[in-house]
Amino acid sequence: MGFLSRLFRREGGSKHVAKERLQLVLSHDRMKLPPALLEQMKDELITVISSYIEIDEAGINVELTERDDERQLIASIPVIGMRKRRARQ
Amino acid sequence: MGETLVITSGKGGVGKTTTTANIGVALADLGYRVALLDADIGLRNLDVVLGLENRIVYDIVDVVDGFCRLKQALIRDKRNEGLYLLPAAQTKDKTSVSPEQMRDITLQLKELNIATESGKAGYFDFIVVDSPAGIEQGFRNAIAGADRALIVTTPEVSAVRDADRIIGLLEAEEISRPQLIVNRIRPGMVRSGDMMGIEDIIDILAVELLGVIPEDDRILVGTNRGVPVVGDSSSRAGQAFKNVARRIVGEEVPLMKLDASEGFFGRLGYLLGIRGR
Ligand SMILES: Nc1ncnc2c1ncn2[C@@H]1O[C@H](COP(=O)(O)OP(=O)(O)OP(=O)(O)O)[C@@H](O)[C@H]1O
Ligand SMILES: [Mg+2]
Repeated sequence: MGFLSRLFRREGGSKHVAKERLQLVLSHDRMKLPPALLEQMKDELITVISSYIEIDEAGINVELTERDDERQLIASIPVIGMRKRRARQ
Repeated sequence: MGETLVITSGKGGVGKTTTTANIGVALADLGYRVALLDADIGLRNLDVVLGLENRIVYDIVDVVDGFCRLKQALIRDKRNEGLYLLPAAQTKDKTSVSPEQMRDITLQLKELNIATESGKAGYFDFIVVDSPAGIEQGFRNAIAGADRALIVTTPEVSAVRDADRIIGLLEAEEISRPQLIVNRIRPGMVRSGDMMGIEDIIDILAVELLGVIPEDDRILVGTNRGVPVVGDSSSRAGQAFKNVARRIVGEEVPLMKLDASEGFFGRLGYLLGIRGR
């Protein structure tokens, strides 16, 4: 049993997974913003931002978090380069 | 004037009825006069957990419908002086009582002056309402007359998520500052990293912790017999429920060390995060 418990501890145990999943699901529950809607929002963000700058779509990460009782929407968007600006009409 | 506590959870089967029965016995043990109200209409359970199932004549729906007086439906516990049960109806459903009627019953209970076995007359100090699972009418009924809410959860993702939902609903009903009871903690699993600890749960729910009840086989033995484990001196859960009752009446009682019973791994001291009281 000692051996087994040490083995599990090395793997980190499932409690961290539980806590992370719980935090994620609760941030969606509390904001009443289901994960699928966040995906949709992310797609729209990509469209908007891409028309200004060239971004790495695969590297985009958008998530809801709670820090110090504050809900935040954090988007991390890797930039590849600037697009040539179209002249203003 | 007495205080009405509701024991609720959202998720089913996490230990609301067990908690209600044990807190009731423990409060009566401390000398308080307590009425337990089973609000789980259609799924009456509190009577069997208390061992009072053979003494029921009338139930809460009979009171609401005017078939009997409130006093007639109240069952006096056979072991604990000062403890009473107002049973749920078994053959009706949750819609046979409205939230307004429920609030009215709790108010009537507060105004009821009854003499205990030894002839002492007085009012109830506590009315403890056992809520059904869910967030529908049964839950609405249970919280209708509540001054204070105790939320029971277990260290599981689904139970904690439901507790969060309940906290939100209680806030909307202006039953603020609910307190949390975490039931069925297994210290060995918390230590090996396979169960969320108290600190994790409090961190996520941001509520005040009222107590921690360990997983305990004696609970089943108690339910088999119809005798809540508070009276069982060999039960860790019983001791933990006693502590909860003392905190309810305002005593400062430290969380008990759950590891003492864990033998083999007990060397690690208690890693269950202790926060608040
Ligand atoms: N600390 C514990 N250790 C071991 N078993 C427990 C513990 N707490 C509760 N149980 C068991 O869990 C089961 C469910 O408990 P209980 O009936 O109190 O839950 P509940 O929340 O009232 O359920 P429901 O939502 O159906 O009303 C029971 O069989 C009970 O004996
Ligand atoms: Mg129950």
